[in-house]
Amino acid sequence: MPGIVSYGAYLPYWRLQRSAIGQSLGSGGGKGARSVASYDEDSTSMGVESGRVALATAPDGYRPALVAFATTAPAYADKTNATAIHAALDLADEIPAFDTVGAIRSGFGAALLAQAAGGLAVLADVRTGRPGSADEASGGDGAVTLAFGDGNEIVEVLGSASVTAEFTDRWRTPGESFSQVWEERFGEHAYVPLAEQAVTQAQKATGLALADVDHVIVTGPHTRAVKAASRVIGARPETLVDDLANEVGNTGTAHWALMLADVLDRAEPNQTIAVVLLADGCDVWLLRTTDLLPTRRQPVSVRQRIASTRDDLSYAQFLTWRGFLHREPPRRPEPDRPAAPPSARSERWKYAFTGTRDSTGFVYLPPSRVSLTTGEIDHMEEVRMADVKATIATFTVDRLAFSLSPPVVAAIIDFDGGGRFQCELTDVDPDNVKIGDRVEMTFRRLYTSGGVHNYFWKAKPITVTPDGGGR
Amino acid sequence: MASHGIRDAVAIVGMGCTAFGEHWDRSTDDMLIEASSEALKSANITLDDVDAFWLGTMGSGLSGLTLSRPLKIDHKPVTHVENFCATGSEAFRNACYAVASGAYDVVMAIGVEKLKDSGYSGLVVTPPANDGTQATVTAPASFSLLAPAYAKKYGVDPDEMKEVLTRIAWKNHKNGALNPRAQFRKEVPKETIACSPLVAGPLGIFDCSGVSDGSAAAIIVRAEDAHKYSDHPLYVKALSFIAGPAAGPIDPNYDYTTFTEVVRSAEDAYQQAGITNPRAELAMAEVHDCFTPTELVLMEDLGFAERGFAWKEVLAGTFDLDGELPVNPDGGLKSFGHPIGASGLRMLFEAWTQLRGEAGERQIKSIAAGKRKALTHNLGGSPGACVSFVAIVGDEPDA
Repeated sequence: MPGIVSYGAYLPYWRLQRSAIGQSLGSGGGKGARSVASYDEDSTSMGVESGRVALATAPDGYRPALVAFATTAPAYADKTNATAIHAALDLADEIPAFDTVGAIRSGFGAALLAQAAGGLAVLADVRTGRPGSADEASGGDGAVTLAFGDGNEIVEVLGSASVTAEFTDRWRTPGESFSQVWEERFGEHAYVPLAEQAVTQAQKATGLALADVDHVIVTGPHTRAVKAASRVIGARPETLVDDLANEVGNTGTAHWALMLADVLDRAEPNQTIAVVLLADGCDVWLLRTTDLLPTRRQPVSVRQRIASTRDDLSYAQFLTWRGFLHREPPRRPEPDRPAAPPSARSERWKYAFTGTRDSTGFVYLPPSRVSLTTGEIDHMEEVRMADVKATIATFTVDRLAFSLSPPVVAAIIDFDGGGRFQCELTDVDPDNVKIGDRVEMTFRRLYTSGGVHNYFWKAKPITVTPDGGGR
Repeated sequence: MASHGIRDAVAIVGMGCTAFGEHWDRSTDDMLIEASSEALKSANITLDDVDAFWLGTMGSGLSGLTLSRPLKIDHKPVTHVENFCATGSEAFRNACYAVASGAYDVVMAIGVEKLKDSGYSGLVVTPPANDGTQATVTAPASFSLLAPAYAKKYGVDPDEMKEVLTRIAWKNHKNGALNPRAQFRKEVPKETIACSPLVAGPLGIFDCSGVSDGSAAAIIVRAEDAHKYSDHPLYVKALSFIAGPAAGPIDPNYDYTTFTEVVRSAEDAYQQAGITNPRAELAMAEVHDCFTPTELVLMEDLGFAERGFAWKEVLAGTFDLDGELPVNPDGGLKSFGHPIGASGLRMLFEAWTQLRGEAGERQIKSIAAGKRKALTHNLGGSPGACVSFVAIVGDEPDA
C-alpha cells in the first residue's frame, strides 16, 4: 500500500497580528498571529510552492501517478486548477490532475485519492471571513503537498476510517467571500459522537488504540468540537499535536496536513501518528514513520518558516489584499487579460519557467529560437530555471506602475550558472533591497484581468534556509 | 555594414512646429493642420505642391488616413510609420530617402501625438495580445536603472549623482524658459527639482520629460532644388537608424551605463557626415533626454564626453546654452515636452531655428562663430533594448 514518500509545507511571507484587528475595529482580534497570503498569491500558487518542496525531496526518479488538488478557495470554477499546478511543477502530460474543491473535507478526499494511486495531494487554502469575524481572526493561509508512492516511504499508512453525516454546521454559498456557522453548541453535539465512532472503527481495523499513538492530530473547522473530541477519543493529552492556532491559524483543507508536516519535521522513526479530521463527518488515518524519515524531511521546517515570516502586516493592507477594502488605484491603465493562445503556446515558459540554452551556454529568458552569439536557429536545449538561485544585478522601485500593492520593485537578476531575467520582486521591503542580494523564484498570480488569472514567476529574497534534515 | 548615406542629397526647405503642451482644446487633426500649414508656408508652397507624405505617430491614429482625412489630401501617398519614441525621426528619414531616390520632388514628414486625452499618468502603450509574462515596468523605472549603474561604475557618490541629474533638468528648464513653444516655460530651482516626489528609483517628477500633445513637420526637396523654396535651407548630412537585438535584459554582460544602439548609430552618422570630432565640429545637439540619466549617458555614447567623465562635464556647464557644446537648447523633451511622434521632428525644428539664426533669446553663439552643423538624436525603447536615430544637418553643402 503506498505511503508518504515526501512532503512539503508552504507558508506565506506575511502574518497579521490579531491585535491589529482589535486596534482597527475597537474589538475582536485576539492573541497571536495568522498567516496571510500576499496580494499575488492564491490557493493555486501556494499549492505550487508546496509541491516544489515535496518534489525536491522525493526519492530519485519519483513520478506521481496523479495530482489531486484540494481547496475551499479555488481560483477558478469549471476550469481545473490542478492543471496550472501540474504545469508549474513541470509534470509529464500523461499524469492526470484533478480538483476536489469547495469543502474543508475535500483535503482528506484528495489525500485518499493520491494515496491510493501513489500521487500528489496538494492542499492549499486562503481562509478569511467578514471584517471582525472569528473566521477572519482564526483562519490562516498556506499549502501542503504530500507525495505518495509505493516503496521508499517515510510514512506508512496503517489504516483509516471514515464516518459521514449530513448536518448544517458551516456553509458558504458559491460567490460569497465569507462563511456562516450554526450555533456553536450544536456543532459540538454533532461532531463528538462522530469522532468517537470513527476512532473506534480505525482501532478495530488496525488494532492500534489512540492511547498508544505517539502523535495525535485532531483538527477541523469547529474549534470547540475539536477540543471536546480531543478529550474523549482516548489520546494521552501530551500526545495531542499543537494546532498552530497561535502562529498560523486554521488553514482549512490544508490544516491537518500542515500539522502532520510539523510532526514529520521532528518525529522519530517508527513512531505512530493519528490524524482525526472533524469536517462533515470524521476521517481518521493511522500512520507510522519509517527509518527513512530523517533522511527525507523537508529542508525548511514548518517552525523555521514561521520564524522567517514578517508579522507587521497592517490590517488595512490585509483587508485590501482580501478584497474587503477598495483603495484608489494609480492613475494607470489596468493590464489586459493574458490571452489564451499565446499563454498556451508559451506554457513551458509561463508555468514551468523553462528557457533555452544555446551551444555556447548562453541562457535565454524568455526562451529564444535564435542564438545571439552564433545566429543558429533552433540549436537550443531547454533549461528549467525555476529552482536555480540568482543574484540581483540591479533594481528599481517603480511608483508609477499598476500594482495591487504598490510600489512595484523591479529587478534584473543573474542566475547562478548563466541567464539574466527582468522580473518583479515580491515578499520584499522596497527600502531594504540591495544589489548583490540573493533571490529565488516563486510562482505567483501577477494580477487578474477580465476574470483571467495571470500566473507567472517572480523573484523573492531568500529568507528561509534549511535547518537540518532533507538533503 | 554598408551604410552609404545620402550626404547633401536632400534639403529641408520648410518647417513647422506647434507649441507642445496640454492642448485640451485642440485635437490631433487640429495639430496636424497647424504644423503642416506652418511648414508649407515656410517653404512658400501649398499642399498641392507636395508629392508624398510620411506621417509618424505611435498611438494617435492608424494609417495614412490619419493625415489625409483632416488635410483633405487629394489621392497622394501617405505612409504611416511607427518606431517607438523615435517615430518622428523615422518619418523624416524615410521621407528623405524617397526624395533622394528620385521618386518624388517635394515631400512632407510630419509627426503628431495626442497623449493627454488618455486620462492616465505617463505614457500608455497597449501591447498586442500576449501571455502576460512581460515585466510591467514603466518607462521611468526602466531608465532609472541607468543612474545607480553609472554612479557605481564611475565612483560617483549618490549625492553627487543627484546633483548631476538635477543640473541636467535645471539646464533644460532654463533653456525651455526662453522658448515660446515649450510646454514648461519657467526656470525651476535646483532644490525643487532635487526634492520632487519620487517616480521610480532615484528619479523624481522633475527627472522625467513632459507628457504632452504636439506636432511638427518638415518639407524636403532635392538639394539642388533647395534654393527654389528657401534662401536658407538645411542640408541633410547623415541619417542613421539602428535597432538592437534587445539583448540588454537577457545578457549578464550589459551594465546599464550605455546604449549600444546609440553608439552604433552615432558612429554611422559621423562616418556618413565625415565628422571626426563631434564635440568640436557640432554647433549644437538635440538629444533624447526622456529622463535625466538618459541625457547623461548619451553625452558619452554620442562622443561628446569621455567615458566616465560626462558627469563632470555636466557639472562644469559644457552642455549649457552658453557652453562649449549646447545640448537641448530648446529645452529638450524635459521642458519642450514629449509628444512621441512629433519629438524627432521637433528636434530638427530647433536645428532649423538655430542654424538659421532665428532662435532669439536662446540663439547659440557658436553658430555666429562659424559652426554650421547640428545633431539630433532620438531614442525609443529602454536601456538594453532600444532603437536609436541620429541625424546631422548643416546649412551649407560640403565642398
